[in-house]
Amino acid sequence: MNTEGTTMTTTSMTTTAHDDAQVAPELAGMDLPDKPDGPGAAMMISAGIGIFVLGLLTVLAEASLGWKEWLLKWEWGQGVGPLAGKTTVAALVYFVSLAILWTIWRKKNVKLQKAFYIGLALGALGALGTYPTFFQSFAP
Amino acid sequence: MELTSRETWAVIHGLVLGTLYLLAFGGALAGLWSLRPGLVTTAGIKERMKRLYLGFGAMAVAAWATVITGTWIVYPWYREKIAGKDFAGCTGLELPSATCSPRDFLLSNVSGDTEEWHHYGMEWKEHVAWAAPLLATSAFLLVLYYGPRLIARKWLRTTVIVMLVGSFLAAVVGGALGAFINKVAPIS
Repeated sequence: MNTEGTTMTTTSMTTTAHDDAQVAPELAGMDLPDKPDGPGAAMMISAGIGIFVLGLLTVLAEASLGWKEWLLKWEWGQGVGPLAGKTTVAALVYFVSLAILWTIWRKKNVKLQKAFYIGLALGALGALGTYPTFFQSFAP
Repeated sequence: MELTSRETWAVIHGLVLGTLYLLAFGGALAGLWSLRPGLVTTAGIKERMKRLYLGFGAMAVAAWATVITGTWIVYPWYREKIAGKDFAGCTGLELPSATCSPRDFLLSNVSGDTEEWHHYGMEWKEHVAWAAPLLATSAFLLVLYYGPRLIARKWLRTTVIVMLVGSFLAAVVGGALGAFINKVAPIS
């Protein structure tokens, strides 16, 4: 049994074969096929990547006039300012990274705990980057 | 009883979509919290999962709709620079007007010490709120992907709850600061 309460075979980087019905007998009658954890890991890490990019762009826009002007181009004349670029790029990076990681790991059992902590670390750094006292300290 | 177009959009952004998000969050959290072994029959699981998918999906959609309307519709009205460099258009005002946008009003300090509402409150709100839809979408996809398997996987269930609460906290910062700022310098 692993920490998730499921029976698994573990190698150095991957895991295989969940037996959910052993932990929750009520699932036995549902005939659920086993699913690889790769897509789940992709969902966790991509959220962290998206928030990290949001925080990074927020800091870069404060620190560099060049970055601020590039991010401003994403507003398409709507008056949103550099926020348009920061948020649009972060959202795009989130969806693209999700699609890429999902595709790469679609048949693999990537370790979910490792993926979660990577996503959590990236998300925490990104959240720090969006905190005014922090990012305003990078102003020239 | 009358609302201007700008006030209507501010209500849609903050009150309508924000309330929908909060309702969906409550349902999603309660549903996931009780998704444990031994509590639900096989038939009950099938019925409950439909509501869980709907709740998580509604939360993700509401989060995206809230930040998109806030950033692309309401925020440009907030940040208009119409009062001049010395904020002359705000002189003597107690609220923002046609010559003084909410941002101008806060930065001008004509109605007390208000500029930190922009430098701290708005600057934090406008950025961190965008973490909410990213986390809500990933949490929704995790629930959709694993489905009833979450019952057997305590750690994974806890992980989704952590992401759900993270999304909620980002939304709370955005929503609470937005409500306070709209109280001090309303969009009208």
